[in-house]
Amino acid sequence: MTAQLTVDPGGPAGRDPGDGLHTRGLRAHMANSTFGAVVRVAAASVFVILALIVVTTTKEAWPAFSEVGAGFLTGTTWSPSADLYGALPFIYGTLVSSVMALVLALPISIGIALFINEFAPRRMRAPGVYVVDLLAAIPSVVYGLWGVLVLGPFLLPYVQSVADTVGTWPGFSAVFGGPVGLKSMFLAAVILTVMIVPIITSVTREVFDTVPTEQKAAALALGATRWEMVRGAIFPHSRDGIVAAVLLGLGRAMGETIAVALVIGSTAQITTRIFAPADSMAGVIANTFAESSGVNRAALVGLGVVLFVMTILVNVGGQLVARRSARRGGER
Amino acid sequence: MDDLASTACAEPGRAPRLTPKRAVMLAGWVAAVLVLSACGGAPRATLNGSGSTFAKAFYEEAIAFFPETDVQVTYAGGGSGQGQQELADGVVTWAGTDATVKPEDLGRFEGGAILYFPTVAAPITVSYNLSGVDGLELSPATVADIFQARITAWNDPAIAAENPAATLPDEPVKVVHRADGSGTTANFTSFLEAAAPNWTLGAGKEVNWPPDTVGEKGNDGVAAGVQRDDGAIGYVDFSDADAAQLQTASIRNKDGRFVAPTLDGAEAALEATTVQPDLTFDPLNAPGAQSYPITAPTWVIVYQDQPDAETADALAAWLGYLVGDAQAMARDLGYAPLPPALALQAEQQIDRIRNG
Repeated sequence: MTAQLTVDPGGPAGRDPGDGLHTRGLRAHMANSTFGAVVRVAAASVFVILALIVVTTTKEAWPAFSEVGAGFLTGTTWSPSADLYGALPFIYGTLVSSVMALVLALPISIGIALFINEFAPRRMRAPGVYVVDLLAAIPSVVYGLWGVLVLGPFLLPYVQSVADTVGTWPGFSAVFGGPVGLKSMFLAAVILTVMIVPIITSVTREVFDTVPTEQKAAALALGATRWEMVRGAIFPHSRDGIVAAVLLGLGRAMGETIAVALVIGSTAQITTRIFAPADSMAGVIANTFAESSGVNRAALVGLGVVLFVMTILVNVGGQLVARRSARRGGER
Repeated sequence: MDDLASTACAEPGRAPRLTPKRAVMLAGWVAAVLVLSACGGAPRATLNGSGSTFAKAFYEEAIAFFPETDVQVTYAGGGSGQGQQELADGVVTWAGTDATVKPEDLGRFEGGAILYFPTVAAPITVSYNLSGVDGLELSPATVADIFQARITAWNDPAIAAENPAATLPDEPVKVVHRADGSGTTANFTSFLEAAAPNWTLGAGKEVNWPPDTVGEKGNDGVAAGVQRDDGAIGYVDFSDADAAQLQTASIRNKDGRFVAPTLDGAEAALEATTVQPDLTFDPLNAPGAQSYPITAPTWVIVYQDQPDAETADALAAWLGYLVGDAQAMARDLGYAPLPPALALQAEQQIDRIRNG
């Protein structure tokens, strides 16, 4: 992951200036500087694009921000026909569905990564990696349709029985209580789980790969069981990598649009009941943008800005955590 | 994908029912296409359109059978709001819209005055899924209370009072509504606002539906949502409700009669509606014993002033076809045709299109 290539700036031509033609050094120099300019422009374009996105979306969203004010973030009623734009139900839906998906996906992903790296027979490793990567290649609309047509109907009886039993216990009804429907926050979280498992798995697997074999062998030689080896040698070494994987997964889950729009039930409400329908920021933008106009459209762009800021916060926060844990790892 | 079906060059999106008249037209069309060697010939004029998805099936069919094959007509759908926007920006020559342009938006139309041409109408059904209970009869006030979640069980006294003969189960009512902004929602909520004093959610393309209701995308999505769940109820346009074979409720109209959602009921509502001089009208909650009260209109809007004679001519021919011969295809596609008097008014208005 952190391997770096040291490049001689002069290149092969710099090492052997007298090789044949005199012009070769000049040509190589020009090629080098042109190449340098190209990559600089490419790198700069990322920042330019990012800045343009921020500027234009904020500008487009300004009518909504100025009209609704801080209520845009705290209001709980979203009713374009009444000119009410409170985005909290969508922010809530995005955060809760993503975090639920993360909680479900992380143990599964770490399990898959450990299995492929440490437990699987050698000939099963490549197919295992391949299958997990294949999950990431499936278009999200396919996940959404699969959720509506296959997974949702399959889960519904189980969800119903959970709601009928656990959902009636005191204290649990606020989370698992009915009424249940096919489309819900829960189904969205399950679909998101399947969608973010590949990315978390592949990042954690690569991180686990960087654990020196000597350390693992040393742990086993000291009489550790495989689980103790995983806990004592692999996990401490990989903590910042796992944090990075979690953040990549969270970012993917928060931005996921079509699959969530198809399964979440598209009703703006804030409820702790996970079997109730909800809505997400990306979902409501996808569903209602086409028919929107005026302040309504500005408010939808505003949702995009909020989502953008949240994604940045998650990423920056994650970087900080990763850096801190890396420093801690270095001190040990 | 949909765009393919809407160009005159492509195959029609679905197999139309083959009547003798259509067979002749189809043959002529195929011949014309062959003569033009699969769209190789340059069209005399191109009329690009977009907007209302509600009327899209009708426009696509009309495009497929439009006899003036040297005029290329397209229709991209996208929704009434998008159609209005694209006509305002001059991106399209004609736009389909289910709602009249708001007065404050008229200034955006850079090409000057616009003309409304009504094309078809259709009932919006209140569709439900309740085994053993057919032919439910509902007053606007009861419909309002169901959709704003004041009525939460099917055996509610309000429903029972209007359906004394029905055996209503003690099941929760599951409301299904549109997840996307929609003219169907606008018409349905406008009807409730006009006809049910107890309606509190307001009217518009998107309203704040009560908790635990489910949003589905598109009329077909709501139809599927209703079909999926016993005890579900939703508002669905006529052709999608018909295609999904949903149970539909009869709605009490302004004259106090319960009328089932049929094309005849929609046509009766159009006939009973007062039409403004600019051919706009509001058929919701129309008077008349036979009128179905939730009838949705749709219009084509164009600029009165066209840039050149070719476009003006082609547009006149296309609009003349839409309000004329194409009306005969409406019923097969699930739309009510214009009453003859209104069709005549629309035809006469075509003369107002100018060029230059």
